[in-house]
Amino acid sequence: MAEQAKSAARPRPLSPHLQIYRWPVTMAGSIVHRATGIALAAGTIVLAWWLMAIASGPAAFDTFSDAARNPLGQLILFGFAWSLAYHLLNGLRHLAWDAGWGFDIRTANRSGILVFVFSLLIAIAVFAYAYAARGVRL
Amino acid sequence: MSVRTPLARVEGLGAAHSGTAHFWRQRVSAAALVPLAIWFVCIALSLIGDDRDAALAILARPQDAIPLALFVVAGLYHMVLGVQVVIEDYVHREGPKILLLVLTQFFAWIVGAVSLFALVRIALAP
Repeated sequence: MAEQAKSAARPRPLSPHLQIYRWPVTMAGSIVHRATGIALAAGTIVLAWWLMAIASGPAAFDTFSDAARNPLGQLILFGFAWSLAYHLLNGLRHLAWDAGWGFDIRTANRSGILVFVFSLLIAIAVFAYAYAARGVRL
Repeated sequence: MSVRTPLARVEGLGAAHSGTAHFWRQRVSAAALVPLAIWFVCIALSLIGDDRDAALAILARPQDAIPLALFVVAGLYHMVLGVQVVIEDYVHREGPKILLLVLTQFFAWIVGAVSLFALVRIALAP
């Protein structure tokens, strides 16, 4: 009885919280996949606005174009481009896992890093193309 | 020996009562979105810097309008399935959870209706 009371008073061991946990690549990838998914869900509003602006007329088109050229607009569009690239590449990684490929720790870590690197490269390439080849000016 | 009832075994739907339907729809829409998203980015890039008349002319073409419409529909479908999982993971009180799930559906229908209306209007523009 006395033994029981003593053990109840002692603090129980806690599992580590997110702040002091070294993030494994796969965990970071999983969280970012969700975050980019939510970002893309919000981005569908921009997509609808863009199509509506083209459909509605010159005034609506100019309003959208000005908003897109604005530095904040460019930041949002870059976030949208990177989110789409990341979610698409990491989605392919998920589909491969579902098919039974690449699920061992080494491969999953390596593909996780590759997805981060390539999604950034794609987003930068898309913007470089927009600026260089399509002559976008702020 | 299984403790599951014969009916449950025959239905094969498990504890979530919907079996693998959600999982499968998420994967099929994901696979469909791979080429559609790439096509969408190509269309969007080809329109950057153009004026409205050029954008109208390009988006009125069937090879651009139809994949774009499919991208909108498949994307919003995929979005509803994904956001549903996030809501079910983090919102545990029944009332707010159901409200958010319904709002997600409404959001998808409204954004989809606006986008498809715009695409039809562009396609029929004189």
